[in-house]
Amino acid sequence: MRNHQGTRTQHITIKEVEHAAALSKIELTDEEKAELTEQLNRVLDYFHNIDQIDLTGVPPTHHVIELVNVFRKDSPQKTLPHSKVLSNASKVEGSFFKAPRIV
Amino acid sequence: MTEPYELTASEIARLVASGQAMAEECVESVIERIHEVESKVHAYITIDEEEARRKAKQIDERIREKKPVGRLAGILVAVKDNMCTQGIRTTCSSRMLENFTPPYDATVVERVKRADGIVIGKTNMDEFAMGSSTETSHFGPTYNPWDLTRVPGGSSGGSAAAVIDGEAIVALGSDTGGSVRCPASFCSTVGLKPTYGLVSRYGLIAYANSLEQIGPITKTVEDCAVLLSVIAGNDERDCTTANLGILDYLSRLHEPVSEVRVGVVRELFGEGTQEGVSKSVWKGVDMMGEFTAGCEEVSLPSLDYSLPAYYLIAMSEASSNLARYDGLRYGYRSPSESLDWADTYSRTRKDGFGTEVKRRIILGSFALSAGYYDRYYLKALQVRTLIRRDFEKALDKFDVLVGPTMPLPPFKVGEKIKDPLGLYMCDVDTVPVNLAGLPAISIPCGFVDALPIGMQIIGRHFAEELILRVAYNFEKSCHLEHRSPPLR
Repeated sequence: MRNHQGTRTQHITIKEVEHAAALSKIELTDEEKAELTEQLNRVLDYFHNIDQIDLTGVPPTHHVIELVNVFRKDSPQKTLPHSKVLSNASKVEGSFFKAPRIV
Repeated sequence: MTEPYELTASEIARLVASGQAMAEECVESVIERIHEVESKVHAYITIDEEEARRKAKQIDERIREKKPVGRLAGILVAVKDNMCTQGIRTTCSSRMLENFTPPYDATVVERVKRADGIVIGKTNMDEFAMGSSTETSHFGPTYNPWDLTRVPGGSSGGSAAAVIDGEAIVALGSDTGGSVRCPASFCSTVGLKPTYGLVSRYGLIAYANSLEQIGPITKTVEDCAVLLSVIAGNDERDCTTANLGILDYLSRLHEPVSEVRVGVVRELFGEGTQEGVSKSVWKGVDMMGEFTAGCEEVSLPSLDYSLPAYYLIAMSEASSNLARYDGLRYGYRSPSESLDWADTYSRTRKDGFGTEVKRRIILGSFALSAGYYDRYYLKALQVRTLIRRDFEKALDKFDVLVGPTMPLPPFKVGEKIKDPLGLYMCDVDTVPVNLAGLPAISIPCGFVDALPIGMQIIGRHFAEELILRVAYNFEKSCHLEHRSPPLR
């Protein structure tokens, strides 16, 4: 394991952290952005270890077990009643989930 | 006198089914024990005593009427709080799901109940299973029963603590990068991560789908085999489960393993491994040499790169999985809403998720984002291929592979929580098998300075039967059956 303290390499900028947070729909304070940028740089610095291996011609593994499509009969099943489906929502109107206003 | 809470599931099942003990007595004993120690350990988020008592009564009635009962009759099962339980809230240790009560049972829970197991409660964990210490829980940490100033490991820390201190007879955990084996090692329990596809993930709240499996956490290997036999097997609601017919991990469990060739993985004793751990595990290896065909060192060079590959894949999958938490259909919803929907969601997710969860989602989004996909995510998937190949080669020559479960004994609460990378590095020995989809069991192999050490036994795909048999023989020669934590 190599020492991960005090690295200077910039793998991710504060702008990129802001962009990734926006993609993730997570609001961050300015302090959080600064702290996260520093932490993620240290983590990514360590992750760049994988650059040391030669990966030419190595196919990616998406799944470890040989899988084939599993089909079942398209037969109707009993579904949950509305009351149960809506029981965990914080805002409900009639038999609908109530989304935030957008206009 | 031995109290029922100190017994194993196999012992209780025998006593209850033969009428020598009542399920109600066993349940009462564990509930009393919970009242005695839970304030020190904090293994649970939710406890359901009344339902447990009601179920126990039903079982006793059926036995009196000479009706058949399931193999978990009278056994209290603790379930990690990321598996859905109908009518019992399921929080994932997150503010986001603090008030979420599932309308259905996860397949594993359904199977436990069908075998007459009794769900006593939902155990504490790292938020959304992201951590190795159970410290990132929104409800506060769980403390290690062997030393209350230390962590129980994670993310299934509550499950392992509850089993070893008698607050449950057996437990279910989930293992994405070591979350069953790490707490098993830190709490001196047995913990199994099954082959990818052996156990249904239906009703398990997803963190990283391509890596995780649900597995048993128990006091003994026999209990592990019992619980695995109950939960394993094809489920049409999880298309990744394999169809292997009837699974029985018990009938050959006690047979010898004198033909088994053991490979000792050099990379699992890497630089970060503490000396005490290394010594204790090597002692275990020597013991294993006595009842197997012998142990020999083997090198899997790609394992040195498993940690970055694992975290890049897990975080990328997490960023996509956790996108579902928008506060609309379930979960926390911020009371402050504006006309910009992105702002509204971002506020809900800012308040609902804890720091580590946000860190992983954001880093995952970054690794998957335009311009970085090839540099991070794709590379991690390629490394995954190399790791898989290295394991295949080694498991061609050896029947099982062994090494330490954790590079260090349980550390102090608060010691590592401010250093994310330091904490990630603790998972260095557990993540490789998740990347390769292999089964691995962590089994107690001794103590260093009164702190538990665990040894890992890894097998071929769907070779649970064999690794359990090796673990059983190891347990017999280890003589740790009367271990009991001091709760200090």
